[in-house]
Amino acid sequence: MALTGLEIFKLLPKTNCKKCGMPTCLAFAMALAQKRAKLDDCPDVSQEAKDKLAAAAAPPMRKVVFGSAQTQVQIGQETVMFRHEEKFHNPTTLAVTVSDTLTGEDLKKRIETVSALQFERVGTKIGVGAIAVVNDSGSADSFVAACEAAKAGGDLPLILVTQSSKAMAAAAARVKETVPLLAWAEPDTAEEMAKIAKENGCPLAARAETIDALTELTEKIKTHGVEDIVLSCPEGADLRDRLFDLSRMRTLALKKVFRPLGYPTISFVGDGDGDVQMASAIGLICKYSGIVVVDTAEPYALLPMLTTVMNIFTDPQKPVQVEPKVYPIGEPDANSPVMFTTNFSLTYYTVESDVEASRVPSYILVVDTEGTSVLTAYSGDKLNEKAVADAMAKFGVDKLVKHRKLIIPGYVAVMSGKLEEATNWEILVGPRECSMLPKYLQEVWN
Amino acid sequence: MPVPEIAESFTGSVNRVTLGATKDGGGTRTSIVTVGGARNMVYGGSPNDAGEKPVIAMDVLDARPDDWPDALLEPYKDVLDSPGDWAKKCVEEYGAELICLKFEAIHPDKGDKDATHAVKVTEEVLKAVGVPLVLWSCGFDEKDNQVMPKVSGAAKGENCLIGTVTEDNYKSLTAIALADGHFLITEAPLDINIAKQVNILASDMGFPLERIVTFQSTGALGYGIEYAYSIQERQRQAALTGDKMMAMPAICDVGYESWRAKEAKLADAPGWGDAADRGPMWEAATAVCLLQAGVDIIRMRHPRAVAAVKGFIDQVCQKNNS
Repeated sequence: MALTGLEIFKLLPKTNCKKCGMPTCLAFAMALAQKRAKLDDCPDVSQEAKDKLAAAAAPPMRKVVFGSAQTQVQIGQETVMFRHEEKFHNPTTLAVTVSDTLTGEDLKKRIETVSALQFERVGTKIGVGAIAVVNDSGSADSFVAACEAAKAGGDLPLILVTQSSKAMAAAAARVKETVPLLAWAEPDTAEEMAKIAKENGCPLAARAETIDALTELTEKIKTHGVEDIVLSCPEGADLRDRLFDLSRMRTLALKKVFRPLGYPTISFVGDGDGDVQMASAIGLICKYSGIVVVDTAEPYALLPMLTTVMNIFTDPQKPVQVEPKVYPIGEPDANSPVMFTTNFSLTYYTVESDVEASRVPSYILVVDTEGTSVLTAYSGDKLNEKAVADAMAKFGVDKLVKHRKLIIPGYVAVMSGKLEEATNWEILVGPRECSMLPKYLQEVWN
Repeated sequence: MPVPEIAESFTGSVNRVTLGATKDGGGTRTSIVTVGGARNMVYGGSPNDAGEKPVIAMDVLDARPDDWPDALLEPYKDVLDSPGDWAKKCVEEYGAELICLKFEAIHPDKGDKDATHAVKVTEEVLKAVGVPLVLWSCGFDEKDNQVMPKVSGAAKGENCLIGTVTEDNYKSLTAIALADGHFLITEAPLDINIAKQVNILASDMGFPLERIVTFQSTGALGYGIEYAYSIQERQRQAALTGDKMMAMPAICDVGYESWRAKEAKLADAPGWGDAADRGPMWEAATAVCLLQAGVDIIRMRHPRAVAAVKGFIDQVCQKNNS
C-alpha cells in the first residue's frame, strides 16, 4: 500500500540538508509520495528506510514468472476483484499433466499430445501453457526421467509436481535452465523445498491445509530466501471450498494488502472425465486461479477452457476489433453477394456466423469504425457513405464481383441514398437483426 | 502473522423468487422452484451467503426447429413434433427443474403461427409436466403482443415466468402478466442502464419488483461472453449495495447462443475434437462461465451439457440454503 508523505517523512534523516534539491525533508517526502522524486536523490537515507519504502511500493500480488525465455509464462500481479473495475492482467496459464508412470514411447507420445494442444481463435494463438510432470510413481529416478523427457520433448514451461524433496532435488537440478515451477512445499518439507528452489533459481508452490497454515508456510519459505511463491489450496478440499478460499485469498491480498498471501495461485483439477474437468477448470479460471492444471488432453475440453481465459482476460476498456478488410465466407465467386459491417469483433463474428449459417458463399467487407457496433458507429459518424466507399476502394471490392449490388445493415437503411451516390452501386437493405441473414440471403440472392 | 478479518457487509441482497403454483397455491404444478437470495458476490463471504442454487430451464420449442445442428437434434429426434412429449423427456430423463417454452414458430419469418397454436402448445406442456414453466416470446413485437397475452391467460394461476418485455415493448405483456399472476422477464441488450430502465417502466405500471427476473442478453463463450459476464457482476454489486431496481434474479439464454457458435455447430473441424463432444461442451462452458458471474436461471438445450452443469452446480452450491 502506498505510504503517505508524512509516513515517508518519518523515515527520512530530517536534516533539511537540501542535497536532494528540495528546501526541506518534508517537501521531499511529499514529492516522493506523489512520485515526483526518487529516493536515490537523498544521499543520507538509511538502508532500513529504503527497504521499507520498497516494500510499500510493491504490488499487492507478486508477479511470478517461469519457463525459459522463449515460452515463459507470467502470472499474478492482479489488481482487482472484478474485471470491469480495471482489467485482469495476466491470463491464467493452463497446464496439462504428464505422469511419470509413463515410460518410453508412451511418455513421449503424451508429451507430444499435450504440447500440440494449441489453437487459433479470431486470429490469436491460444494454447496449453505448461506441462505438469507428476511424480505418481513415487520414484525419484522415474521423476527425473519424465522431467528430462518433457524438457527434451517440447519447449513448454514445466511444473514439477512431487511431495518428495529427494525427487524434487534430483529433477530440479537436471532441468533448472528451463526455470520450472516447483510444486510443492508443504509445512513439513518447507525448508528442504525452499532450499532446492533457492539453489536452482526456481519459483516454488506452497500447499497447506488451511489459509492460516498457508500464511505461516509462505512466511517460512520467504525466510529461506525464496520470493517467488505460488499458492495452492488443499487439493483434497471440495471445489466449493476451494473457490471460496481463492476468493478470500484474493481479497486478503488486494484489499488488505496481506503480504503472506500476496501471490498468484495454482489449482489442480484431477477428478472426473473431460466434461467434469472442463467445468471445474472454467470455474477456477474465472475465479482467480493463476494456473489451472488438468489431466484431460481432449481438445473438446481444452478449447472452451482456453477461450474462457481469452474472454475473461480481455481489457473491458478496449473494444476487441477485427482487421478491416474483405472476408470471404465459404468459397465466394464473382457472382456472390457483398455486404458490409463494422470492425467491432462482436458485430463481425455474429454476422460471420449467420452468413456461414446461410450457406450462401459471400464477401463481408469490414469497415474500420474503431471497434464500434453499427448503430454506435453510425451515430458517431464513424460509419458513413464515405467510410464505406473508401473501404470498398481500398480493398478492391469492384474487382471481386461482377455485379454492383451492396447489402447494408438494416439499421443504417437511412444511408442508402447517399451511399448509392457515393459508390454508384445498387444498395440492398439487409435485415436489422443478423439472425435473419440466412433467410434474407437465401431469398434475395437465389 | 494473523490473517486479517474481511469485514464486508452489504445492505442489499438479490430478491428471492418462487416460481410455480401447486394445488395449494391455486395451480396445477407438482413442484416449485425458488431462486435468488444471494447476499454476497459469487464465492464472496461464506457459503451461507450464496443464496439459492441456480437452476436450469430446458428449452422446448413450440414447433420442430429447422436450424438445429444434428448433435442437438439427436437426443430429441422422437419428440420434436410434440412439445408435450419433449417437455416430458426433459423433466423425466434429464432432470429439468423448469421448462422454458420458446414460441419460435409464431415469428412471421419462422412459421407465423397464431395464438390458437400457442395456447394449444401451452396447455399441452402444462398437462405433460409438473414443473413450473418459463414462457418466452419470439421477439417480433407486433406478433408477441397478439399472441403472448393469450399464452399468459392459458397459464393463469400457474405462477409462470413470462417474457420478455423490452424498453420499446413492455406495456401489453406487463399488464397481462400482472393480471394473470405471473412473474415477468425484463430484457435489455447488454446494457445495464437500459436494464434498470425497463425495470422502472414495468414498476411504474404497478408490476411488483419482487416478481421480476432480468434478462441482460447473453453472449456465448467466444462471442461476447465477457460483456454478459461483467454486466452480471455489476448487477449483483448493485443489488448488494441496495439498488432495488437491480435486485432481481437473472436469467440467461445459453442454449440458443452457444449453439450458434462455430465451435459448437461446425461438423468438421480437425483439431477441435469430435462435433458430438464439442457442441455440448461449448454450451456447458458458456453456462459455467456465467454461473461464476452470478446468474440464477440458465436456459439450456443439450442433455449432456445440462448434466455437466448440474454436476458443477452440485459441487459448488450448498444444499438446503437458507
